[in-house]
Amino acid sequence: MSTLIREDRLKRQNLLDILFRNLTRLCAFGVLALLVAIIVSLITSSSLAMHEFGFGFLTSADWNPVTEKFGALVPIVGTIATSVIALLIAIPVSFGIAIFLTELSPQWMRRPLGVAIELLAGIPSIIYGMWGLFVFVPIFADDIEPWINNNLGHLPVISPLFTGPNLGISVLAAGIILAIMIIPFIASVMRDVFDVVPSLLKESAYGLGATTWEVMYQVVLPYTKIGVVGGIMLGLGRALGETMAITFVIGNAHQLSSSLLKPGNSISSALANEFTEAVGDLYTSALVELGLILFFITFVVLSLARFMLYKLAQREGRGA
Amino acid sequence: MNKLNRLLASIGLTAAMLTAGTVMAGDITGAGATFPYPIYAKWAEAYKAQTSIGLNYQSIGSGGGIKQIIAKTVNFGASDKPLTSDALAKDGLVQFPTVIGGVVPVINVEGVKPGQMKMTGEILAQIYAGKITKWNDPKLAADNKGLKLPETDITVVHRSDGSGTSFIFTTYLSQVSPEWKSSVGADTAVQWPTGMGGKGNEGVAANVKSIKNSIGYVEYAYAKQNKMDYVVLKNHDGQFVTPDDINFKAAAANAKWKAEENFYQILTNQPGKESWPISGATFILMHAKEDNADSAKDVLKFFDWAYSNGDKMAAELDYVPLPDSVKKQIRDAWKAQIKGADGKAVW
Repeated sequence: MSTLIREDRLKRQNLLDILFRNLTRLCAFGVLALLVAIIVSLITSSSLAMHEFGFGFLTSADWNPVTEKFGALVPIVGTIATSVIALLIAIPVSFGIAIFLTELSPQWMRRPLGVAIELLAGIPSIIYGMWGLFVFVPIFADDIEPWINNNLGHLPVISPLFTGPNLGISVLAAGIILAIMIIPFIASVMRDVFDVVPSLLKESAYGLGATTWEVMYQVVLPYTKIGVVGGIMLGLGRALGETMAITFVIGNAHQLSSSLLKPGNSISSALANEFTEAVGDLYTSALVELGLILFFITFVVLSLARFMLYKLAQREGRGA
Repeated sequence: MNKLNRLLASIGLTAAMLTAGTVMAGDITGAGATFPYPIYAKWAEAYKAQTSIGLNYQSIGSGGGIKQIIAKTVNFGASDKPLTSDALAKDGLVQFPTVIGGVVPVINVEGVKPGQMKMTGEILAQIYAGKITKWNDPKLAADNKGLKLPETDITVVHRSDGSGTSFIFTTYLSQVSPEWKSSVGADTAVQWPTGMGGKGNEGVAANVKSIKNSIGYVEYAYAKQNKMDYVVLKNHDGQFVTPDDINFKAAAANAKWKAEENFYQILTNQPGKESWPISGATFILMHAKEDNADSAKDVLKFFDWAYSNGDKMAAELDYVPLPDSVKKQIRDAWKAQIKGADGKAVW
């Protein structure tokens, strides 16, 4: 009698298990299906522009709604330039924040500082955009850009990047705003992964006479490599797709220029600006193709990061 | 493709409506141009107080309004750019104007007060084409003797989003400058030869205010409310005129509205001593064959009420109401052009 009950219960548990497994599988595959659906709809909606412009779409700097000649070069360059500037600034600053919070800061300060950084990460991007336009841009135009023009504008090779009108609104300003936006993301991930490094490792290094920098660079960083790159990728992902903050400060001009001090455009801000008013199938289709390109850029960047990590792990395996 | 577009359009609109609050059954829905949004909102408020029928108007832009009415997700669409009879016929639409307004060039030049800077259309076109790049250019100085113009670069600000305001502005530049017409043209969005873009009238206004030695263009209400330095323009008759509602009205006085041309009317560069050269009307779009005659009638009732009672409200917001004769023509056109599913006139 009692064995029968047990078997019955076992059967039911088994059934529940199967049900649960399939439920979770459905969730996971649902994401995959959604991804495929998005790609397919982007491709079908942009097919008109693809047929019309072919690969020339990627290399043409034209963007003329009147004659319906479209090219994606200006927004592509703007998206990549702003993201690269943002990373160049955000990575070292975030690294500094994370080192201070995990190693050097007095104990009582860690929590409030950490919470403050997480709060920064939660600020909506439109706030950054408005702050950028009304507060940062005037300061940037009056004080920072003249300095850049006078000092960096005379350096060999890179001088074309840093000569331009002192308008404030520019690709460089957009990159700096982006950097401020992604620092909290990168810094909080870095802090979290630095925290999980076993103190045994760090203390051994300190015991051998290593400085804080040596411990960070030669013990903590190699140990947390994957997490750190993950954090940077998270930041980069946000930088590539950021829309509102960029729209406010980049100038939204479809003009190709070697100077970072001139207005430019990014893919996401072009989409945000023009989608509602895009009349005509070719115009809409060209905008959708821009979206597809952004999708592709993000995909390639993330894949490259994965590949890099894989190679690193492989090399380590061989070394050991 | 078409189905997908319609689906996307309706999803977007549903989302917009959800954020704007619940739509009551029996309310009129409309979407489109941002330029007339303040007056439509004001009319709607007064109309609701009288009739308890509300208007849910989404100011998503003229292009969006055209798309939504074609997709039939709204009872009416609104556009600052009039559609030609061919374009209307293609999608089975009819069109009529509601109010008139003006676009005003605004500047931020040290030492120049509102209304002090004089310009001709040709010079304005050359500035926007990047041909005149300094404020002390001799061509500019010729009309502005006595004004001390700085030797600084002009920063041109235009709209970054597609806009009926840009359509009116570029239409004017195309009329006064053959070079502009051939190299850039007129549309809600164009390939601007120079300058930077601001999103919406407020974006252009903010950029012009914050960037020294800049020039932009905004709707009159924005220039007035933000106390911006407007420019005095030379009109078709060779007179320098200031932008105000009297001069917008003068520009509209010469227009020959014709129902058989679907009231297609461009009000830029109109003759008349007092005419402000960059004026334009804003339009409503509906289907010539309305599936739901009742809701179509509700829309027409609303605009009929607005034509009869809304002129004062329009003037308060710096719009110019239509002349009574045009209003009569429009009501007649409703009778003739808008039919229900059964073929009977809705109005």
